[in-house]
Amino acid sequence: MIIDAIRNGIVIDHIAAGKAMELYQILGLGDLDCSVAILKNVTSGKLGRKDIIKIDRELHLDWDVIGYVDPNITVNIIKDGVRLEKRQLKLPETITGVIHCKNPRCITSVEQELPQVFKLTDREKRVYRCLYCETKAEK
Amino acid sequence: MENVRSLIDILELSVEEIDSLVELGTKILDDPAAYAHKCDGKILATLFFEPSTRTRLSFESAMLGLGGQVLGFSEAQSSSAAKGESVADTVRTVSCYADIIAMRHPKEGAPLVAAMNSLVPVINAGDGGHNHPTQTLTDLLTIHHEKGRFEDLTIGFCGDLKFGRTVHSLISAMSRYKGVRVVLVSPEELKLPSYVKQDVLGRAGIPYVQTTDLEAVMPELDILYMTRVQRERFFNEEDYLRLKDSYILTPEKLQNARPDLSILHPLPRVNEISVAVDADPRAAYFRQVRYGRFIRMALIMMLLGIQ
Repeated sequence: MIIDAIRNGIVIDHIAAGKAMELYQILGLGDLDCSVAILKNVTSGKLGRKDIIKIDRELHLDWDVIGYVDPNITVNIIKDGVRLEKRQLKLPETITGVIHCKNPRCITSVEQELPQVFKLTDREKRVYRCLYCETKAEK
Repeated sequence: MENVRSLIDILELSVEEIDSLVELGTKILDDPAAYAHKCDGKILATLFFEPSTRTRLSFESAMLGLGGQVLGFSEAQSSSAAKGESVADTVRTVSCYADIIAMRHPKEGAPLVAAMNSLVPVINAGDGGHNHPTQTLTDLLTIHHEKGRFEDLTIGFCGDLKFGRTVHSLISAMSRYKGVRVVLVSPEELKLPSYVKQDVLGRAGIPYVQTTDLEAVMPELDILYMTRVQRERFFNEEDYLRLKDSYILTPEKLQNARPDLSILHPLPRVNEISVAVDADPRAAYFRQVRYGRFIRMALIMMLLGIQ
C-alpha cells in the first residue's frame, strides 16, 4: 500500500496499534480540510504493529493530548519534504479539556464552565486524577 | 490566587508544619488568654453550603477566641448559591468582606475552586466525602495530647473504613511517622479501599492487618478510632442487622484493652459507642472536640501569618 510522502505537514508515528482513531477524534482531525491519512496495523520493528497518521498541512497540535493518548508516539514535522523536527512525547503532568470527570459528586458536575483538569498521580501506572475531586480518570 | 496560602488537603502541610501547628495548638490550650487578641480586627467568613453545626461553631468559636469576628451562612438556601451563583463568584465577593474563609460544600473540589479564586486564605471545612483537613488536624492534636507522640503507635480503625473520609485522611497523615502500625477492623463490605492500602500504606511501608474481630485485636491498640457503620451503606437489611452490633463499642469489649488506650471518634456518634463508655477515662472523643477548637485557632493564625 502506498501513501504519498507529504511535503509540509506532520507525521504522527509509533502510535500503539488500534489507537489511531482515538487520537484522530481527540485531536479533532476530522474538522481539517486537508488530506489526512490513517494507517492501521503497519509492520513495525519496534512495536510489532503500529498506527500512523499523516497530516498534509502545517498546524499546531496539543503535544500534551498526544502524550496522554500514548507517550511512546513520535511526531515528525515535515517542511519542504525534509524532516525539520522529531519530537518524542511523554505523559503530561496535567491535561485540560480532554477527559471529563464522571464523579457525580464532583463540583464540575454542577459548574460545567469549570475547566476539566486532570493531573498525573502515578507515572508508572499512568494514573490521572481529577484536579478537584481526585477521582481516577477512566480510559 | 498565588501568594495566598489556603488549606484544602491535609497533605499540603509538611510534617514540620503539622508539628508547629500542634505545638501552637497546645500553647493556646495551655494559656488561651495569651492569644485572646491575636486576631483583633480580623473577620472569618464561614460559608457553609450544607449544614454542619459542630464544625461551623468550632470555626466561629476559634475566631472569637482569638479576638476576631465572624460572618457567613449556614446553608446554601440562605446564600446566593440558591440563585445559581458559582462558587468562584461567591468567593470573589466574600473575599472582599473577610480576611479568611472556612468553606463546607457538598460537592467535592468546591473549596479548591474557592481557593483558586479567593483573595484571602480558604480553609476546607469538608467537601462531600472528599477532604476534611481540620478534622484530621483535630485528630492529630488529640493523638499528640493523649499519647505525647506520633511515632511508635498502633492505631485501630473500626467501622466504616470504605467511605469514611476521616479514616483515609488520618491514615495518610499518620503514615508519615515512624513506627506507626495500623489495624483495620471492619465488616467485609466496608473494608479500606485497596487504593488507600496500596497508595498510602504500601508506599509508606506501614505494616497493617485487616480483621473483622474488634475484641481480638483490642489488646494491641494504643488508639482506637471508631466510626459509624451506616445502614445505608449495606445492600440489604439482613447484612446490616447481622453486623451492626459487632462494631458497637461497649465496656465489655474494652475489658482486654490497654489501660492507656485512647478512644477517638470524629462525631456525631449515633450508637457505635455505648454511652456506658463515656465515663471511661480512655474515652477521648469529647476532649477531641475541645482540641478541635484549639487546632483551628492555630490554623487561622498560621494562614493569616500571625505570630
